[in-house]
Amino acid sequence: MVMKSEKDTSEKRFKNIILVSGLSVIILLIAIFLTLLIASIPAIKTFGLGFFISKHWDPSLEKFGALPFLYGTLITSFLALIISIPFSIAISIFLGEYFKDGLLSTFLRSSTEVLAGIPSVIYGLWGLFLLMPITRYIQTLLGTTPYGVGIFTASLILSIMIIPFSASIGREVVSLIPADLKEAAYSLGATRFEVIKNVIIPYARSGIIAGILLAFGRAIGETMAVTMLIGNSNFLPKSIFSPANTMASVIANEFAESTGIAASSLVYIGLVLFLVTTLVNIAGTYVIKKISLEASKEVT
Amino acid sequence: MLNWFKRFVFFVCIMTIISLFGFNAYAAEGELIGAGATFPQPLYSKMFDIYFQQNKIKINYQGIGSGGGINQLIKKTVDFGGTDAFMTEKELSEAGSPVLHIPTCLGAVVVTYNLPGNPKLKLTPDVISDIFLGKIKKWNDPKIQEINKDVKLPDLGITVVRRADGSGTTYIFSEYLSKVSKEWKEKMGTGKSLSWPEGFIGQKGNPGVSGYIRQTQGAIGYVELLYALQNNMPFASIKNKSGNFIEPTPKTVSNAAKVKIPADTNVSLTDTDAKDGYPISSFTWLIFYKEQNYGGRTKQRAESLAKLLLWIVKEGQNYVEPLQYSPLPKEASDIAQKIVKSMTYNGKPILN
Repeated sequence: MVMKSEKDTSEKRFKNIILVSGLSVIILLIAIFLTLLIASIPAIKTFGLGFFISKHWDPSLEKFGALPFLYGTLITSFLALIISIPFSIAISIFLGEYFKDGLLSTFLRSSTEVLAGIPSVIYGLWGLFLLMPITRYIQTLLGTTPYGVGIFTASLILSIMIIPFSASIGREVVSLIPADLKEAAYSLGATRFEVIKNVIIPYARSGIIAGILLAFGRAIGETMAVTMLIGNSNFLPKSIFSPANTMASVIANEFAESTGIAASSLVYIGLVLFLVTTLVNIAGTYVIKKISLEASKEVT
Repeated sequence: MLNWFKRFVFFVCIMTIISLFGFNAYAAEGELIGAGATFPQPLYSKMFDIYFQQNKIKINYQGIGSGGGINQLIKKTVDFGGTDAFMTEKELSEAGSPVLHIPTCLGAVVVTYNLPGNPKLKLTPDVISDIFLGKIKKWNDPKIQEINKDVKLPDLGITVVRRADGSGTTYIFSEYLSKVSKEWKEKMGTGKSLSWPEGFIGQKGNPGVSGYIRQTQGAIGYVELLYALQNNMPFASIKNKSGNFIEPTPKTVSNAAKVKIPADTNVSLTDTDAKDGYPISSFTWLIFYKEQNYGGRTKQRAESLAKLLLWIVKEGQNYVEPLQYSPLPKEASDIAQKIVKSMTYNGKPILN
């Protein structure tokens, strides 16, 4: 009896501790949101929602508009996503279907994982030494000003950085596809490509899309490598090769030495970045849920 | 399982306690704390190391940028701050009670470039202003060629590189250009970050700017003299107010301060009357409260701060030149000593 009640209280205590840790995550999220909101109030009062359609960022006149950064963030992330999708799907299928195990597979898999772990400043440096001259060469061929840095270079480095994220989730999902489904398709006379096209991709779609959305979230918030390669120009870019700027990189660059309304405007941008990433995540979960429902209907 | 969990909780508690105590140790008696400008940080590290060996007083200086240094001093979380720009009226009034500035050494901004063969270039204020306003677009522009008759300038586009982060370097550079060019003053003004013309490349920090210039033929930008010297980058001689082309060296930068210096040392050293001074020079300052009895500070702490500051502008100056910084001229050092001696504790002078 005594033993039992003692056990009960310890069970309860354990449950409470878990509950508190769980709740603290929510509190943390709200605290971050509130801190950003409070610090950005002066900027919200001064610029309102016009902040997002104004394209002038002028520290000397204290006039701030975030459109160039919003635009820069979205366009680099989308471009990076488009560049990375074929590669990440190919890697997922290759590792999940063609070479599930063996030396080559282990080597490839750990290589992608290592890619995910490299600090972004290293990507930035590598981009400066390798991608920048390549972009500059392309620009000279095209006859545009050979800056070497800009949206194109930043998107390239971003795409390389996000491939491991989408690829590793994709691989996981592809390798989890039940063997009897594939065998059934084979026994009906399907070729390997047909199996991939008609069974694997529809079945793994939700996982692949989840990976891509996760990668998109990462691309939006990436700071260091982008700062080093985007050219940090506070204007709306005219072409894919123009120098531009992103929300994350303008904050990283200017916050340390800014005061007053400038600092507040930067926090305002931070608040927007926070909201955009939250929205992407919510949209992501919704899409995954919907698609996985459809997919399970289709296959069964 | 539960045992493991208990151990984990115990471990977390211990770590928390240690970190709390750690914070206390950080502000321990006998250790002075400073924060601010990154430009003089290597020099301060060297000075404070020597000072520790001589006087057994530890000084912790964190390079968080001039703006951060001013903020931390106003919030009274540090004993002294470091800044590359004299505090503005607004900042001084935010500080509540009087804040003193002492110059510790001089820095300079140089115009660096990447051209085939990296010839030594001469530049005039007008040409620099036109290049950084985006008006001169080619290296073989007659305006540049005219002052560099012995150099064959290539038919190459100019790529202007500027600091993307807010920076004292940009402040000094733009302050100089505002003095020498009316157009610059109207269009760009003076500040730590400016709204640059379209098509300029922004890079973070001196390393970012110089890294891009190194890799880009035809690029031009501005960096700290010290950084350019340490990395063997080419830089231009600049025509000063007296009409002489001056090559930036620690000596010519010191020369720029050989002018009348006001009692509070609030003086701009760009474009000075000094005949052989490099025109884009500036002091870097340490800042601290005049009245040291605030926030429960002990007299002993105030005294050790005052002694340190006095040492920096006197004996400490011997360590400036070996690190390629520019030492204070004698007159500036004398004024700085006077300022340190005006520090008070409860209204009474700390040092006699």
